[in-house]
Amino acid sequence: MIRNDTPITPELVKEHGLKPDEYERLCALIGREPTLTELGIVSAMWNEHCSYKSSRLHLKNLPTEAPWVIQGPGENAGIIDIGDGLACAFKMESHNHPSFIEPYQGATTGVGGILRDVFTMGARPIAALNALRFGEPAHPKTRHLVAGVVAGVGGYGNSFGVPTVGGQFGFHPRYNGNILVNAMAVGLVKKDEIFYAAAAGVGNPIVYLGSKTGRDGIHGATMASAEFDDKSEEKRPTVQVGDPFAEKLLLEACLELMQSDSVIAIQDMGAAGLTCSAVEMGAKGNLGVELDLDKVPCREEGMSAYEMMLSESQERMLMVLKPEKEKEAEAIFRKWGLDFAVIGFTTDTLRFVVKHKGAVMADLPIKELGDEAPLYDRPHVPTPKKPQISPESVIAPIPNREALLKLVASPDQCSKRWVWEQYDHLILGNTVQSPGGDAAVVRIQEGPKGLALTSDVTPRYCEADPVEGGKQAVAEAWRNITASGGTPLAITDNLNFGNPERSEAMGQLVGCLEGIGEACRALSFPVVSGNVSLYNETNGEGILPTPTIGGVGLLEDVTRNASVAFKRGQDIVLLIGETTGWLGQSIYLSEICGRVEGAPPSVDLAGEKRNGDFVRELIRSGEVDTVHDCSDGGVALAVAEMAMAGNIGMVFSTPPETLPLHALLFGEDQARYVVSVPAETAPSILERAKRAGVPAFRIGATGGGALHLPKEPPISVAELKQAHEDWLPSYMAGQSS
Amino acid sequence: MKAAIIVFPGSNREGDVAKALVQAGAKAVKVWHADSELPPGTDLVVLPGGFSYGDYLRCGAIAGRANIMDAVRAHAARGGLVLGICNGFQILCESGLLPGILMRNANLRFICHRQFLRVERSDTAFTSEYRKGKVIDVCVAHGEGNYTADYETLKRLEGEGLVAFRYCNAQGTVTDDSNRNGSMNAIAGIYSDKLNVLGMMPHPENLIDGLTGGTDGRGLFRSLVQSIAAQAA
Repeated sequence: MIRNDTPITPELVKEHGLKPDEYERLCALIGREPTLTELGIVSAMWNEHCSYKSSRLHLKNLPTEAPWVIQGPGENAGIIDIGDGLACAFKMESHNHPSFIEPYQGATTGVGGILRDVFTMGARPIAALNALRFGEPAHPKTRHLVAGVVAGVGGYGNSFGVPTVGGQFGFHPRYNGNILVNAMAVGLVKKDEIFYAAAAGVGNPIVYLGSKTGRDGIHGATMASAEFDDKSEEKRPTVQVGDPFAEKLLLEACLELMQSDSVIAIQDMGAAGLTCSAVEMGAKGNLGVELDLDKVPCREEGMSAYEMMLSESQERMLMVLKPEKEKEAEAIFRKWGLDFAVIGFTTDTLRFVVKHKGAVMADLPIKELGDEAPLYDRPHVPTPKKPQISPESVIAPIPNREALLKLVASPDQCSKRWVWEQYDHLILGNTVQSPGGDAAVVRIQEGPKGLALTSDVTPRYCEADPVEGGKQAVAEAWRNITASGGTPLAITDNLNFGNPERSEAMGQLVGCLEGIGEACRALSFPVVSGNVSLYNETNGEGILPTPTIGGVGLLEDVTRNASVAFKRGQDIVLLIGETTGWLGQSIYLSEICGRVEGAPPSVDLAGEKRNGDFVRELIRSGEVDTVHDCSDGGVALAVAEMAMAGNIGMVFSTPPETLPLHALLFGEDQARYVVSVPAETAPSILERAKRAGVPAFRIGATGGGALHLPKEPPISVAELKQAHEDWLPSYMAGQSS
Repeated sequence: MKAAIIVFPGSNREGDVAKALVQAGAKAVKVWHADSELPPGTDLVVLPGGFSYGDYLRCGAIAGRANIMDAVRAHAARGGLVLGICNGFQILCESGLLPGILMRNANLRFICHRQFLRVERSDTAFTSEYRKGKVIDVCVAHGEGNYTADYETLKRLEGEGLVAFRYCNAQGTVTDDSNRNGSMNAIAGIYSDKLNVLGMMPHPENLIDGLTGGTDGRGLFRSLVQSIAAQAA
């Protein structure tokens, strides 16, 4: 066993991810050299993952308040009021580094961690989403990573018993050495039964619950705060192993315990395990904490204090209980076959004291562990603006129908059925809209309300212009919720970026946050929870800046929702929103013309709001049941997806000749929706749009079994579907790349 | 009708099936696996879907030996109705109440999708609300649903009409594409010899509401309620 009085050398400090000045800060804080356990504790508390030392300064500019926000950032999950005495708790979190090293376990523990964050607050999880980004399909590791991550996401959620209802899935060479696994969980809790992390009362028992502690995941949070190199595979032992069965028991036991009026405070053991959870409970409650590690249930023999404090074994919880309820609480946990141990108590000393075998292994000031964590204003340079590309300057290299067939079968735009069929998306019986549409829609309990849930970001836009890209990510989440009929209420953000010590990467973070903040303010769509994942670099190459936005919206009457599938022939198809033929950074430009160029589409937030509010009202009034937002691939891809989902074709009207046809079809102007309505209601909708100042145009009519693009031979919906459905299964079977 | 839903550690569709039973007019109570008796007056025992004991051993192997299972076997031996769905079907096979076993899906992956089933007979307590040959649209969600039995067992199941449902396409035809988990003879569910025990992989309990996908699953629960009512009358 490593001795606690091991001399602290500069090498040891470096191995713990602390910079020399950070180590000096620690020594100054405690007035002496730390013990080994103390060094471990502080390294866990002060790493990027836990302390947000590079991002804190900029995160504080995000809007986090609204009348419906019950809990903003800083707790295990954000919580919003959804009426009828109910609240919705949700959060998204990354598990990128572990998933690259060990995809199945990395993904499972990512899902497990976020589910735990939600039920720690007393909320029963009702839906899960995710955002997955992989390297280019041709990269030798990609298939293996896709297979492992998807199986892991499914493996955990399916067993735990939460429907995985939506997500994102894409490929790009910039994720070759650093994939992204972002998991989101959404839960329901009664407004007056929310639980928090802040401890209260002196001398109250601190109870350890759940699975036993092993040596897995030691320094997981430190790993998540470092760049990767070719030796990263050697970090496999720091990846934790997920046990969804234990988590399901933990969920049921915790919720049962919460009903028994025994719990004062609760905190899950996530990153940096026992250390972070105990310190947060004490610090938030202005109390000290004393732990006796001899009482910690261990899976392995001879674990040192250092190992116990840094273990990231999964499916564990820490609670402060009412002393008189200890026996009752223990009986509940024993019934579920889980460990229950009183391992310490709250004190009035404001110290974090850790004892093991009678000796004090650590004695640190508890508030300062969090409050005095380093805070950096890292140098950052803005990404240079790119020139706007005029639609006329892009010559169509192939006919539009061929371009469309190619796009529907491209790795990023093809059907993700192969992925979401591995997720149980139907359990609980409330899934109104399954994966594959805009936002997922789940009914709330017996109804009549529902939640619209989505995760969005367009990394190539963020790379080209972080500010516009940040805005666009929020706007697209808002739009997807709107397109399903929901009123967007709040977001969780999962900020995946490169090394913040590089000023360009830091500039991307700062720029995206500026854009996110602006969009959130304009759309009344505050940030209530989130996670920052930096150092997503391998051998010095960063990922595309990827601020994933998880959005939640409310449908007052869930029966009035809209989906993307065409539902009838002879419907009139309307395009809501202005089209300028914006091809800069479009997938048409990259996939069809082989050019990654130009400024990404600009986001007019006032227009976004105006157009979206108009569309939502059409759905809410029951007039419209078929809506799809326009994003990647523009109108053409939106319409193709609507046709494929409904097995109904569409004939485009002859468009005005103001723009090149391919720009009209594939341009990615924002704030647009395709709406399909019965012919008799179309004139009235167009009239009302005009009065509301909302651009709206008739672009065609549904019917038949083919999609007729203007001036070109039709494409049968069957042919589109085959191209759309085939790519991913054949790629995974090793038949294409 | 009074249904007892057995809850094992790791069960996760007990609430879904309770909802379906209540909707059909039944009373549903949950019974903990460690109990040794069923509630008095139990007409139907339900083994719900989920991952009992994490499915870390063979699916259903540990649950099949749970304390409550002696009472379930006794209930079945008396001719009482038993319904096992998904993990419940696996548990029935592991507990000896039904023959055969559920293996890993043919593609070795978990699959969740809508699925057509053909109702093979409508003269049982579980299917009287359907007609023979009817195609119903339900869903599956499993990693181990590949029904497998030895030749003699299969011959007996087929010969005695003990196959309850088969995977099929919208027209009711059994094809390779419609039998995605690779089950022998596309078997989705089977009866015990006395037709009082049904095990099935698909989830009728998730198709009881037009808003969430359809109502084809209702017939099974209504059949059960009617059958008990008919017995009482």
